[in-house]
Amino acid sequence: MTGRFATQFPLSKRLLGAFALGIALTACVAVVGIILGMLADFAVHGGAHITWEFLTEYPRNSNTEGGIFPALAGTTFLVLLMTLMGVPLGTITAVYLTEYARQGSALSKFIRFAVNTLAGVPSIVFALFGVGFFIQFVGKGLDAVTGASIFADGSLLWCSATLAILTLPVVIVSVEEALRSVPRELREASLALGATRLQTIIKVAIPNALSGILTGSILAVGRGAGEVAAILFVGVTYSAGSLPDGVTDKFMHLGYHLYVLATQSPDVEATLPLQYATTVVLLALTFTLNFGAIYLRSRLRKNR
Amino acid sequence: MTVNRFTSKSPKRAEHIIEWCIRGIASVSIMLIFLIFLFVFREALTVFSSADSAPAPAHAVTSANGPAPPHPPPMEAAPSDAVSANNATGHLFYSPRNPLYPDIYNAETGELPADIDDVNPAPDQAPSHRETSLANNLAGSVWQPVGEHHQFGVMPLLVGTAKTTLIAILFGAPLGILAAIYTAFFAGRKTREFIKPIIELLAGFPSVVIGFFCLTTLASVLQTMFHLDFRLNALVGGIGLSLAVLPIVYSLSEEALSAVPRTLREASLALGSTEWQTAYRVMLPAAAPGVIAAVILGIGRAFGETMIAIMATGNAPLGDWNPFMPARTLAATIGSEMGEVVWGSEHYGVLFLLGAFLLIVSFVLNSVTEYYVKKRLIKKFQGH
Repeated sequence: MTGRFATQFPLSKRLLGAFALGIALTACVAVVGIILGMLADFAVHGGAHITWEFLTEYPRNSNTEGGIFPALAGTTFLVLLMTLMGVPLGTITAVYLTEYARQGSALSKFIRFAVNTLAGVPSIVFALFGVGFFIQFVGKGLDAVTGASIFADGSLLWCSATLAILTLPVVIVSVEEALRSVPRELREASLALGATRLQTIIKVAIPNALSGILTGSILAVGRGAGEVAAILFVGVTYSAGSLPDGVTDKFMHLGYHLYVLATQSPDVEATLPLQYATTVVLLALTFTLNFGAIYLRSRLRKNR
Repeated sequence: MTVNRFTSKSPKRAEHIIEWCIRGIASVSIMLIFLIFLFVFREALTVFSSADSAPAPAHAVTSANGPAPPHPPPMEAAPSDAVSANNATGHLFYSPRNPLYPDIYNAETGELPADIDDVNPAPDQAPSHRETSLANNLAGSVWQPVGEHHQFGVMPLLVGTAKTTLIAILFGAPLGILAAIYTAFFAGRKTREFIKPIIELLAGFPSVVIGFFCLTTLASVLQTMFHLDFRLNALVGGIGLSLAVLPIVYSLSEEALSAVPRTLREASLALGSTEWQTAYRVMLPAAAPGVIAAVILGIGRAFGETMIAIMATGNAPLGDWNPFMPARTLAATIGSEMGEVVWGSEHYGVLFLLGAFLLIVSFVLNSVTEYYVKKRLIKKFQGH
């Protein structure tokens, strides 16, 4: 065999081989070309409009001028709150699944299946859940108990809770993977020295899995930062005069801001530069988070 | 040695408490997963329970909206008719309470109507009583949830969803699989290390960004290339969705192809077949269950994707299979109408019903990949 298109094969076969290789190469080039083309499109049209003013000013003139500061701040608040809710919940669930649940039992298989299914549920369904459960059920319940009417409406709190559940599978899966990668010997050594199961988990397993937990959290944050469909009617708004005063306020969000500018602005053409610039900021945010996660994961794998 | 820390009583009790907390919190988070099913279905079922009692509670919406055209838009519409149909449907949902609404977006010119009062005259009188039963209503062929007669015919939405999903898979699956074949078998190490992260980067694109790209750039490019009547149509939306599907199909196919034992490849080459014969006739069939799983998950993604569908498909519930006509998907319908609807109304319930349908379909697709495809893949490599 002298190579890919060895001459001992007849011409027809060599042509077919060239075609087979060519079509795969074309597909690859096309895909990479589209992605790089998209990035170039955004960079060329949006790059010049990203100034300090754009990032720190409020939108003016019904969102046709000015900056994106409240959207940037709102996204940050949302992501922080979501992380505070989702990451501990996901981590503890993963600890339970790897350390306490009987491995291979029907229950743990069923739970894993449910977690995997959750990862494939369309994000708009989470928005419906946010309305049906958090606002209509929990919010109304809280209002009935307190006698006020603050919780039974869309808010930053319910958006964060919805996104926390949306990103739960990401956290659970990465933390589980990280906990599993902690060498058995370490646990056995800890147990042999007389530590209890909980002590082993807290002092041996979790510190060793820390970068995995971090990776999962960052991936979840990256997913949550760009997610628009899941919060569409759970509390996001297109124009807010000020930053949210508390967690029960409505807020602005980068992705939703882009959606509104692109589809519902009074003058779509005039705001195109704003749209592109918002896109670049949103992409930069999600990419930074994703690259952070990838970097951490590669370090984790090296340490293994 | 002093008192043994690990055998003394009080820490043990504290540990018990902490361990029970872990169990408790874990069960809460697992319960939340099941609550999603429960609550989406619960709200969806309000449609059936209130079907006979409530006399159209959508009054607030109707009074805030323009009157509905008395007749549904023609189904086999010529392009010029369809423009007006598209506009009419759009104005239907226009609500002065919320000046921002995607459906008033003109599909052809990409502009908003110059004077909204022109197309949205005085509010209508009280809505008339529903004449048809809910089941008949859902089976109808017109989706017109706001106006004199609420018509919740899901057929145009199902057609629109199927149309865009089909286009997305027709573009996304072959591209993803072929790119995976190239990186798994033909590309050198350096090329692979260049291509893989770029395609995986696409998975990190927020869908609203892909939607924006389709809306502003792709739609114009396709319109000038094919001289299309509609700037936003099912083709633009489908290609946009294929960008969301691509990284899923690519990553999972690549994983499946790389997981095929090298011995198969070596055996094939040793028997005298070429590299491409090995790739297409030995490795690809061997990895078929994994590749099929990738495509199924891709279908699930395209099916439920909201933002790209809202922004790029034109959002007209036409019930037409022509890929160059606008379409409206199930997810886009929920996404664009839920914000306007009166909570608890029939329309609200119907939207939850659509959501429940999305949930069931994604659940079924996931179950199929989990139980059927993955098991076959494992069986194949471990011998029968």
